[in-house]
Amino acid sequence: MNVNDAAVIIGAYEHPGRELPDKSLAQIHAEVAIGALADAGLTLDDVDGYFCGHDAPGYGGGWVSMAEYLGLRDLTYMDSTESGGASPIYHVSHAIAAIAAGKCNVALITLAGKPRTGVQPGGGGPIRPEDSFEMGMFTGAGLVSTYALAAKRHMYEFGTTSEQLAEIKVAATKHAAHNPHAFLQKVLTVEDVVNSPMVADPLHRADCCLVTDGGGAIVVVSKEVARGLKRQPVRIMGQGESAKLTNGGRLDLTYTSAVWSGPRAFEQAGVTVRDIDYVSIYDSFTITVLEILEDLGFCEKGEGGRFVMDGALVAPHGRLPFNTDGGGLSNNHPGHRGGVTKIIEAVRQLRGEANAGVQVPDCEIALVHGNGGDLGTRMRSATMILGREAK
Amino acid sequence: MDVAAYAKLLPDITPRNKPYWDGLAAGELRLQKCAACGRHRFPDAPLCPECLSGESSWEAVSGAGTIWSWCTMHQKYFAAFADEVPYQLVYVRLAEGPLVISVLAGEPGEPEIGRQVHAVFQPIAGDRTVLKFSTGAAA
Repeated sequence: MNVNDAAVIIGAYEHPGRELPDKSLAQIHAEVAIGALADAGLTLDDVDGYFCGHDAPGYGGGWVSMAEYLGLRDLTYMDSTESGGASPIYHVSHAIAAIAAGKCNVALITLAGKPRTGVQPGGGGPIRPEDSFEMGMFTGAGLVSTYALAAKRHMYEFGTTSEQLAEIKVAATKHAAHNPHAFLQKVLTVEDVVNSPMVADPLHRADCCLVTDGGGAIVVVSKEVARGLKRQPVRIMGQGESAKLTNGGRLDLTYTSAVWSGPRAFEQAGVTVRDIDYVSIYDSFTITVLEILEDLGFCEKGEGGRFVMDGALVAPHGRLPFNTDGGGLSNNHPGHRGGVTKIIEAVRQLRGEANAGVQVPDCEIALVHGNGGDLGTRMRSATMILGREAK
Repeated sequence: MDVAAYAKLLPDITPRNKPYWDGLAAGELRLQKCAACGRHRFPDAPLCPECLSGESSWEAVSGAGTIWSWCTMHQKYFAAFADEVPYQLVYVRLAEGPLVISVLAGEPGEPEIGRQVHAVFQPIAGDRTVLKFSTGAAA
């Protein structure tokens, strides 16, 4: 049996808040847990599998304290695979495998963060790199520097321009304008993006993702459990994971580990890039999206700049509508981690529940891709291909 | 530069990375070299990722490299560098293979991808010395 046939996504919920000064991190986890379970038609009492990242509050870094705070007393499977912002996508993949192995039946995945109004572990202020020594923080570098170095090299090798990167942000802002919860509601032009203040040249402020509070949750259940529920399920067709580590310092920043996770997911799903109706692409920076689109094979390496021009990413009628919630660039990037919102928007698209102006007509197959860690040290990728399922 | 804030940004010297910092203080760039297969690695690691040997030495290397990429930091991310913006970072591929991120020491003009550089050693606060690079064009 194909492992993906064992389970479906049945619940998804994004916290409506983007600035939550009065809520604790645990409270946000709890609210998104209840939201996703309610979406599925389930309650916390039904949960026997629990997943969250190492950024969860409490003891030891991982699921232990959150499971305690949520009152989860009947867990048979727990997982805190840590893959930075991509973690929730790994968690969904691992939940499917756990369900296929008979280790649990109702898996809850939560993510929450409040870097905007509070300090979260490892967060607050500038995004901390994984290792201050390796990342040269003492030379004035940081995570954004890596992506700026990647962008500059991409421009040098392939002729990519700031205006092409800006097209990615412009598409995100057009989508966010349809999302009443989006942190940024203003539609920007290419000129607006390239005239926004420089953060790390060649990346402008508008090339960088948001810093928001918030969170989201996903519920994955066995097919048997899903049959007893009214909610429209989403099918998992394929999944792939990969990592690109320091390799003794021999790194090429012009590509990501999507070059390995993508083909695995496509092969499992038995589809090609031409079959994809909608993509949720991790958008920590505009250059992240550009490289991932190339790495997944939507265009040749180096062609990303030309690929994103002329509204290609704009829903509903662009060649490849992306991040129709506004993404991390304009809607939400809770806790510096865009993984969960990527899954949630793909689920909305496949259910036909995206905001009216950006719903992709007849959306049958969606791709979700997460990019975790730091491109300059230890980056990880997770790709999932999801399919519409009749209820 | 805010020297106190800068001192806080400096990584702790650990038993594993001490030879690197000792090397800089002595005016040498030292890289960890696998005793079994001879491959240089940076950052330091307890095992060679090629052959898994745990035996290694720290050896002075040429300090020669080429600029693989560069960027200009405008955002005041660190208190220590608040007065420095805009400043340029370079990503240098050392002749021995590994890439390191640093800055050019007092160079006029823009960095250039592909340009040859060599290591220079700059003493800073608290008896520490940091690695920077020069194209040889500095005044």
